[in-house]
Amino acid sequence: MAEKVIMLGNEAIARGAYEAGVKVSSAYPGTPSTEISEYLVQYKDDVYEEWAPNEKVATEVAVGASLAGVRSMACMKHVGLNVAADPLYSVSYMGVNGGLVLVVADDPGLYSSQNEQDTRMVARAAQIPVIEPSDSAEAKDFFKTAFELSEQFDRPFIFRTTTRLAHSQGIVELCDRAQVEDKPYEKNIPKNVMMPGNAKLRHVEIEKRNLELAEAANTLSLNKMEMNDTKIGVITSGIPYQYVKEALPDASVLKLGLVNPLPKKLIEEFASKVETLYIVEELDPVIEEQVRSWGIPAVGKEIFTVQGEYSANMLRKAILKENPDLKKPAEAPGRPPILCPGCPHRSVFHVLNKLKMHAAGDIGCYTLGAVAPLSVIDTTMCMGSSISTLHGMEKAKGKEYIKNWVAVIGDSTFLHTGINSLMNMVYNHATGTVLILDNSTTGMTGHQDHAATGKTLQGDPTYAIDIPALCRAVGVKNVYEINAFDLLLLEKTIKEEVARDEVSVIITKTPCVLLDKRKKPLYIAHADKCKKCGMCMKPGCPAMTKNPDGTIHIDDTMCTGCGLCKDLCKFDAIELIKEGE
Amino acid sequence: MAVKNIMIVGVGGQGTLLTSRILGGLTIAGGYDVKLSEVHGMAQRGGSVVTFVRYGEKVAEPIVEEGQADVIIAFERLEALRYAHFLKKDGVLIVNDWRIDPMPVVIGAARYPENILEDLEKEYKVYKVDATEESKKLGNPKVFNLIVLGVAAQHMDFTKEQWYEVIEKTVPQKTVELNKKAFDVGYTLK
Repeated sequence: MAEKVIMLGNEAIARGAYEAGVKVSSAYPGTPSTEISEYLVQYKDDVYEEWAPNEKVATEVAVGASLAGVRSMACMKHVGLNVAADPLYSVSYMGVNGGLVLVVADDPGLYSSQNEQDTRMVARAAQIPVIEPSDSAEAKDFFKTAFELSEQFDRPFIFRTTTRLAHSQGIVELCDRAQVEDKPYEKNIPKNVMMPGNAKLRHVEIEKRNLELAEAANTLSLNKMEMNDTKIGVITSGIPYQYVKEALPDASVLKLGLVNPLPKKLIEEFASKVETLYIVEELDPVIEEQVRSWGIPAVGKEIFTVQGEYSANMLRKAILKENPDLKKPAEAPGRPPILCPGCPHRSVFHVLNKLKMHAAGDIGCYTLGAVAPLSVIDTTMCMGSSISTLHGMEKAKGKEYIKNWVAVIGDSTFLHTGINSLMNMVYNHATGTVLILDNSTTGMTGHQDHAATGKTLQGDPTYAIDIPALCRAVGVKNVYEINAFDLLLLEKTIKEEVARDEVSVIITKTPCVLLDKRKKPLYIAHADKCKKCGMCMKPGCPAMTKNPDGTIHIDDTMCTGCGLCKDLCKFDAIELIKEGE
Repeated sequence: MAVKNIMIVGVGGQGTLLTSRILGGLTIAGGYDVKLSEVHGMAQRGGSVVTFVRYGEKVAEPIVEEGQADVIIAFERLEALRYAHFLKKDGVLIVNDWRIDPMPVVIGAARYPENILEDLEKEYKVYKVDATEESKKLGNPKVFNLIVLGVAAQHMDFTKEQWYEVIEKTVPQKTVELNKKAFDVGYTLK
């Protein structure tokens, strides 16, 4: 019997990639997709994989590998697919040689994202087929099917997951790795060179392929009719299928594994068998609008929300009109995410706060600089946008206007797309100041390497891009490297550089505190010396609390010994009592 | 067997992921179908985090819904308060008697509720444990979560040997003995 193990959805996808015979994978980290690549490392003898600087690069690497004739994949979160949109829309016309699957993870409920977009909409626009699993077992099995269909229909596929699927564990049965022969590369200019004359013909071809796939979808085992009581019929897919099974165990269900293109005949047949048809899908009414466009009456978003995650309780309320007698949640102050104790970003933000600076922000842990009491981040939009946003403000209102502004970006995000914006600043006579918060890792997603860390995804040492040299190479004359905890130097440099009528880059180089495994220094607060001025509390360190009498207490289970509070105390009330390593 | 619903709630960074891995390994070793749901990413940075564990003959959804939890394991008092309404009528709440102020409290924008445990005891079956203090006695405050898990184990369907086995498989090799010792402290607490 096959070995049964419990796996995270993302781990199951990695296993599926291994079993499918995938040979190349490229990705940029993004919650909730990151762990796929991390779990794939264990198969490094069979699967080459890498972190790319961004999702566009990752997708193009996967396309190249597919062209060469091997099964290949790229992984990203939903907003990463926007970065990869350019290759996506055109590889759709080219089709594949070796099977090609992009894993794209949506985030209904915004656990760790800047928007709630629905990848199925993007896929429809790009005419890319989409497969969606509903638990870890399917994540592995459907992933293998995706490669088979990709090759059979000559289409790149999107494998869509959501946070709940990606970060839930379930039981998976292990299989062996498929022995897939590499396909020969054949030069095929009409198929693979997307210039107008070729693309025009390819457009006709892919419309035909998609129709063939839509026809096949009526009988594919990915789509499954579960007939039961016919009063209620539900069309659903992915994680919402589980909520349907939980809330409506007696209902008939058409469960879709292939969510683009839709199996029209199968849906018509199912609809004709049930009294009331409901369509249960998180986020946008993608299935619903198509089904209705075929003249099939269905109940959907008029009773279900387009926001956030669903649940069985929600379906019981909306469909069965049940109102279970539930206790109200107690009133409890919220606990939003915060910068960790000892985070080097806190020190930088404290200085910006003190100088009353505005900051164009970016995507990463440092987005949390927008949270009180620091509240220094003015905008956050997408990867790499801080630098170009600051530039736009300068061009709108002039260089004097941005003398109390900086752009703030992390090292990984800078290499992702920030570098383009910096080139633009230099090229177009900007004078702004950019802070690169270099913590030597991709922090928010859980510490992944990148092109400046000196280590590859598969653990090999490699050249580490020299970020200061890179900035100088694109024409920035004023480049500084400063320890994030050197408050005086940091303050002085920021003041000088924002006043300068040239582009400046200040790199605060201090590793993420979670990576520093050395024994930490120990500080205590002396109540007798504390004047209750609150200065040390200003940066909002979670390890510090006020005693009932207003003096300060340092929680030694949380403190990492960064010493920021000690540096801020003018009365020597905070003392270092044990040196760290 | 009806599906059992367990929740682990706490503050990002308190080790809820390790605990859920232990519970996951335990339930599969027991021969059950099991689903777990965790929180990664931004919310892990000091935010309120919740992990769901469901096991039984056949499990569909990976989340525990309001009013359905058999056991809630809370690593912090305020988080116990936040999620207590998920308990079913005769459900059990295990609370680490520990306080971590959320940022709104740190900056004075909100107050940390007084008497949380006393209020919860009026409505629910509550078992409290000062696991953070107990773990300091063992020389490593990080293993407090195994102490809490030990208390929870008293209310679940697995043998001590099953717990030991999965702890051995899950925690880093050099911390196995310490973690087992921590589990024992919780398992034998009255």
